[in-house]
Order: sequence, then C-alpha cells, then structure tokens
Amino acid sequence: MSEQPGRPGPRGEPVALELDCREVPCPMPVIELARHLGDVEVGELLAVVARDPAAAVDVPAWCRMKDQEFVGADTAGDGAPRYVVRRLG
Amino acid sequence: MTGRGDLDSASSAPLHPAAREVLLAAVDRGYADPRRLHRAGREARLLLDNAREATADALGVRPDEVTFTPSGTHAVHLGLLGLVRGSRRGDVVVHSAVEHSAVRHAVAWGARAAEVSCDRHGRVDVDALAQAALAPEVGVVALQTANHEVATVQPVDELELPDGVPLFTDACASMGRLPLPGGWAAAAGSAHKWGGPAGVGLLLVRKRARWRNPFPGDDRVDERSTGFENVPAVLAAAASLQAVVAERAEAGTRQHELVDVVRRRVAAEVPDVEVVGDPERRLPHLATFSFLYVDGEALVTELDRRGFGIASGSACTASTLTPSHVLEAMGVLTHGNVRLSLQRDTTRADVDAFCDVLPALVAELRARVGM
Repeated sequence: MSEQPGRPGPRGEPVALELDCREVPCPMPVIELARHLGDVEVGELLAVVARDPAAAVDVPAWCRMKDQEFVGADTAGDGAPRYVVRRLG
Repeated sequence: MTGRGDLDSASSAPLHPAAREVLLAAVDRGYADPRRLHRAGREARLLLDNAREATADALGVRPDEVTFTPSGTHAVHLGLLGLVRGSRRGDVVVHSAVEHSAVRHAVAWGARAAEVSCDRHGRVDVDALAQAALAPEVGVVALQTANHEVATVQPVDELELPDGVPLFTDACASMGRLPLPGGWAAAAGSAHKWGGPAGVGLLLVRKRARWRNPFPGDDRVDERSTGFENVPAVLAAAASLQAVVAERAEAGTRQHELVDVVRRRVAAEVPDVEVVGDPERRLPHLATFSFLYVDGEALVTELDRRGFGIASGSACTASTLTPSHVLEAMGVLTHGNVRLSLQRDTTRADVDAFCDVLPALVAELRARVGM
C-alpha cells in the first residue's frame, strides 16, 4: 500500500495524504483510514482510494461514528473511486 | 434440537413442537391427491381445507384469500407480479430500497423499478412512497411489513395510495410474530421463519384485488397454486402459525425485552459499534450490529467456534462481494455486521452468554489487524 499526497479534493483543496487501498477488501480501507488519520493535521484532507464497493458506504459511516468530516467521493488519477475525509480531531 | 447458542431464527426457525406432532400425523393421512373423490383423496382434501381455514383464522383473512406455495420467495414472486399483471396503469413497481431480494429479483424479471429511499433506521417515508405512486405507469407499490435484516417495522398502515395502485406487502419477516397490517391487495409469508417446515410459502390475495397469474397455471384445488400440494407440510405450517399467534403476546413482549438487553449491553460494552435498526418500532426477536474494523466472516466464524450461530450481512460473508443493499440504503456501516435473532425458547441467560463473550472477541479480532 502506498501513501502519498493525492490530487486536489472535490472543492480544489489539497489532499495531504492519499492511501492506496485499490486491491484490498472491506474492512481494510476503513482500517487504513483510521491508522493514518493522525498522519495529517487537524483541518487537512486525507483520502482513500478503494475499489471495494463497501467503501462507498463505510467511509461516510466511519466519519459519522468517529466525528470526522466526509468531504465527498471523486476519483483518483487512474479513475478508481476515491473517498475524501477531513480530520476534525 | 436447537443449541442454546443458535441465534439465527430469522434465517430459519426449528420446527415448532405443535408443528412436529401435526406433521408426523399428517404424513400418513395426507399423502393422496386432494382432487380425487376416493376416500384417501377426500382425506387429503380435508386436511388441506383445514390448513387453509386455520391459516386464515390465525391471520384474520378469508380462507379463499389463502394460497400455499412452494416457498416464501415464490409467494413474493406470485403476489407482486400477479398484481403487476392485473394492473390497468402499467408495470412500474414503486418499492422501498430495503425490500428483500425476492422483491427486487421479481421486479427485475417482470416489471420496472422505481426505488424510494429510507432513513438511517431503515424506515421508509410513506408520503414519499405515495408521491412516487402518482407517476404515470405505476402499477403496484411494494412495501415490506418489517425488514428482515435490521428489524425495523414499516408504517404500512399509514400508507395511502392513489386509486388503482394496489399494495404488495412482503410479510415474511413478521408473519405470526406481529399482526398483519391493513391496506394490502396481496401479501407473502414463509413458514420456516415462524417454525413451520421449509418448502411452504403463503400467498394472500384479497378478494377484490386485480390479480392475474403471472406464471403458467395448473389444475389444482386452488387456482392460484401450481404443482402437487404438500399437504402434511402445509398442515404443519398452519398448526405452527396458530401456535405462534397464540403465544405472541407473551413471546413478543419477552423477546422485545431480551433484544433491548442485547442492544443496550453491546452498545455499552463494545466500543465503536453501530446498533442498527429502529430501537422501538421493530420486530421483537431480532438485533443487528456493525462493529468497526471487524471482518464479518471472521466474527461469524469465531462466534460459531464458541457455540453461537448468527448471521451476517457483510459483503465478506456474501457470495456477491457487494454489501447488503439494506445496510447500504440506510447508510450504516456494512462491514463487521452481524444479525442475531432469538428462538422462541431463548432465555436471558442465553443472551447474556452471547453478550459476555462478545467484547473480548471483538477486541481480539481488532487486535489481529492492529486496531
């Protein structure tokens, strides 16, 4: 799994860290998100790229349960689904 | 014989003791063709008619509104598609996003779908459903009595549909356990979910409903049914339904309280869990949870090793690798999902035993992935 800055988020904001979870099944994308939340500053964006269809529901649900902001879904450079989160705490 | 930890009655309940006795007696008495005029045929016909009357009586419908089918799924297909076929308005079916896959497959096969969403508890807005029903070519509305995965009871009684748009209600999850709502033209049930034998479904079609057989017909006692009747099984299903209805005031209250215990204990004792479904307006016997960072299949497997049989709606446990469409429509966590459903004899000690093992087990599974 690679971790690097991603292309800008849905409103043009920079994405500080993008997690490559393209090939891992649920619940790994959400687990990676939780592991790396602390790697970005409060207020910054963190994204996870995941092809697993469960991520579309589970990333927003994780944000709700863990009091983080789900910014939205877009796509990574290669067209894979990407889910963008703002660290609130 | 049910193990104390078998907590998956919503997938299939063991045979009710009342059904067992009737089934054994009827196997010898009800083998013949109920259409035949000889003695054995008349005997089978008598048992079939008895089953129909007992079922109608237990559900508060007319005997001629009751059809026995080879499964609950078939009853759903027949009931829903028969209303579509009888419609003068069109073949669009407005249905909730949380209907059972039997409804979704029927619509995909023989109609066109218009889906209406639900809230976080899986509850459908009846006004949105009624509004969608006004669209041109809507022939039928489908709304379940209660959800099979998350227990939420739907406000079927509050639904007011436009003239000429009948309601199909999938009552498989609630039949016997809760009274039938009103307002439907056709309904379906499934005997193995109330402690009858598998292989018996129930189709109810109201006397004045515009229902036309969507499949090839047959020449049976009941014109809506096809194939040779399984008279012993049907009679056992009816006996079980009667028994469950007779017990439900007591059993429903007791189970509702036990599920309250499970919901409360799990929420208090396991961190990062989503307790899913309506806390109050729900089926009495069913509780659903999603545990963050937990693989649903691993949880089911580990619980089985400790003697607990429960179901999961997580994608990792399904053949399709897509998450449960019900959890998805509700917007709740789809991974780490388990559904526990009580048996008629499940006790407080049984649910406490489940709640006692859960926190350490979930912690162990999380530790395996470094959480």
